[in-house]
Amino acid sequence: MAITQTTTRAGISRDTLVKWAPLLVLLVLCAFFAVMEPRFLSTRNFARILIAATPTLMVAIGVTFIIIMGSIDLSMEGAVSVCAVAFAYCFLWLGGTLASWAWLAIPFAMLVGAVLGFVNGLIHVKLKIPSFMASLAMGFVGTGLAMVMTGGDRIRIEDELFRALLTERIFGFPLMVYVAGLFLLIAWFIQTRTTLGRNFYAVGGGEDLAVASGLNVARVRIMGFTLAGVFFAVGALLAVGRIGIAETATGNNFMFLSITAVVVGGTALWGGIGGVWNTLVGVLIVFVIGNGMVVIGLPGYVQDAVLGLLVILAVILSTDRKSISFVK
Amino acid sequence: MYQLNQVDKKFPGVHALKSVDFTIGRGEIVGLVGENGAGKSTLMKVIYGAYQPDGGTITIDGKTVRFQNPRQAMDHGIGMVFQEQSLITNLTVAENIFLGFEQQFVRWGVIDWKAMTAAAKRQLAKVKLAIDPATVTSKLSFAQRQLVELAKVLTLEERIDGDLVILLDEPTSVLAREEVELLFSLVRELTSRASFIFVSHRMDEVLELSDRIYVMKDGAVVDVVAQAEAQVEAIQHKMVGRDVDKEYYREQKQRPYDASKVLASFDNVSVAGKYDGISFDLHAGEVLCLVGTEGSGREAILRTVFGLEKPTSGTIKVKGAPYARTTAQEAVARGVGYVPRERKVEGIVNGMTVYENMTLSQMKNYSSGGVLRIAEEKALAEDWIKRLSIKTPDVYKDCGGLSGGNQQKVVLAKWRSGGSDIILLDHPTRGLDIGAKEDVYDMVREMCDAGAGIILVADTLEEAIGLSHTILVLKDGVFQKRFDGSPGDKPSLYDLVHHMI
Repeated sequence: MAITQTTTRAGISRDTLVKWAPLLVLLVLCAFFAVMEPRFLSTRNFARILIAATPTLMVAIGVTFIIIMGSIDLSMEGAVSVCAVAFAYCFLWLGGTLASWAWLAIPFAMLVGAVLGFVNGLIHVKLKIPSFMASLAMGFVGTGLAMVMTGGDRIRIEDELFRALLTERIFGFPLMVYVAGLFLLIAWFIQTRTTLGRNFYAVGGGEDLAVASGLNVARVRIMGFTLAGVFFAVGALLAVGRIGIAETATGNNFMFLSITAVVVGGTALWGGIGGVWNTLVGVLIVFVIGNGMVVIGLPGYVQDAVLGLLVILAVILSTDRKSISFVK
Repeated sequence: MYQLNQVDKKFPGVHALKSVDFTIGRGEIVGLVGENGAGKSTLMKVIYGAYQPDGGTITIDGKTVRFQNPRQAMDHGIGMVFQEQSLITNLTVAENIFLGFEQQFVRWGVIDWKAMTAAAKRQLAKVKLAIDPATVTSKLSFAQRQLVELAKVLTLEERIDGDLVILLDEPTSVLAREEVELLFSLVRELTSRASFIFVSHRMDEVLELSDRIYVMKDGAVVDVVAQAEAQVEAIQHKMVGRDVDKEYYREQKQRPYDASKVLASFDNVSVAGKYDGISFDLHAGEVLCLVGTEGSGREAILRTVFGLEKPTSGTIKVKGAPYARTTAQEAVARGVGYVPRERKVEGIVNGMTVYENMTLSQMKNYSSGGVLRIAEEKALAEDWIKRLSIKTPDVYKDCGGLSGGNQQKVVLAKWRSGGSDIILLDHPTRGLDIGAKEDVYDMVREMCDAGAGIILVADTLEEAIGLSHTILVLKDGVFQKRFDGSPGDKPSLYDLVHHMI
């Protein structure tokens, strides 16, 4: 925070500050933990942070698109659980190893995610239910569905090829980190290079205008939720790859972590501002705090409190409150 | 007793009130008339404390006062009955009447509802409205709500020792004839307790009710007439009287339109509650101007052409065929472009760049399989920045950071570059400075030369007359008269105003 204050004094505009503040916060945090405990800076520790962060990153990227549209998607926990369990059953049923037809379970899981997101979007748009409520309800439906499918059991995925996501390392980082990186680039491409990505910003920046420009806003919204569903599925796959188990609880904690990450990264909750790189920074901030507190020996439960404070701080920092007359 | 002396109010780029003198005596009803944008609403806002004047003084009974907010004005006996009704519809009538002043009914920290209901009944009796104060406001008719608003303002009587001044802003616009009579007789009766300032577009009503009438034009009071000597024609002349500069509206560039080519046609089209039985043809190269007061149905017609309103009866043909589905996408696909009045809300997306805004309505033309060809988009933007001399450092500039005139150019470039040839302009020059206005007029002429048809709702009557080939005058959603606007044979302002109000 000290750094951000001095830069303001140096005459850097508020916009520039807001744009770079999340990255500064991340660097300051890293520096802080490194000073407290030099081992924090090791490749091994960074790999640990990234392994923990990748599933959340995927989920957070999915929800980023929705938040850019000015809506919100809270269905991620249920969606991740369903995708994870659906993947696991399909994978085992088709042979249980990536070397067989079981690889089809991966696109299948993504399809399941897309369908969940599509239904979610459909409910939100066609029945005109606020996205907050529609997606929250869908999330619970998903959690319930996963419970029905598994009967509360854990499904183990022990295929070595699939577990290579975690076990196989290149330059000290496991494969899943690179997979997540690939999907981050895909998300970036969608955000900047496709009509869909442009439409997200248009809807979030001014829905009336998007309509007055002849955009099919309902379609954009439904596509957005579908896309988010796909990214939730990728998050589910990485989550299963990380621990080798698919169960109803696979989806736990994703909601708070991903929304926190998106907000802390500087994507505005009212839409139109932000993007996937902001979300990457936000996810890293969240996981660096979590990891750093363990490394310097603070109890884990302090983490949630710190993250909660961080969200409030991030919103204060990124909101130009003068221009907002009412907050609901 | 209530006086404004030499009151001045300036906004960036606009001199809204030019040393206005205004007096209202005890028990007097004063009318206030003027065109849209003449400064009536600014004047009212100064009176009821929403705006603070930049110059001049306000005095009540000779004492100078200064209001920081409407509440302070209320404490001096000045109340406002709003045009867009200011009642909160999910609260009861009694709650609305005493909104913000509940403290008088509080006993031991809770509201004494019985006392409040009884007090509300007394207020409603003043306006002769026999409804249960516990009724939820949304259940009332518009006329009843108008009376509740009046009752709410009349609570000032009990709170304030001095005299009351009550502003009525277009109170009759939603009322039927007999309801208007009722309101007027009520207002006359109430003059024993309060003075009224009455603002209306309906000249006959202003003449009927007011003791004196202030006529405003361009932010100044141009005349004050007593009821006895007031004449509708004389007042209308005062409201508009100004010479039109032909050069300014590019009349020399106005060419006859191509009467053989109809771009869009309305045949006896109605939208319930908005307008009724409207017919016209829009030809290639024609500027068709819809003239009328606020709420006369002009905007609703534009919205219908753009597929945002579904007609309840009649047929619309755009390029020879009716819309299959009434949506904006369908309209855009047919080549209709809409330049809305609220640029910030519907014109440009804040936070998106110049080139992103320009291709927003036509991304299909700049993408393959959903992937954008950004290089082409930028080339397009650079081309139009040059053609319309848009002042922007580069194509990456956030559109929200451009000046109003340049934003308007971006909006026009968006539609023209996409090949739209039916352009709907809703107050295209509102809030622009003179240079930017002239640029817009130039663009209108160029679009006509290129074979586009334009439906215009102009910011001022002069603009309407100067720019258009054809003028349709509307009043309360009904067609009044059609004027031909060929250069040299244009109707006068007075001709139009006569049919508008």
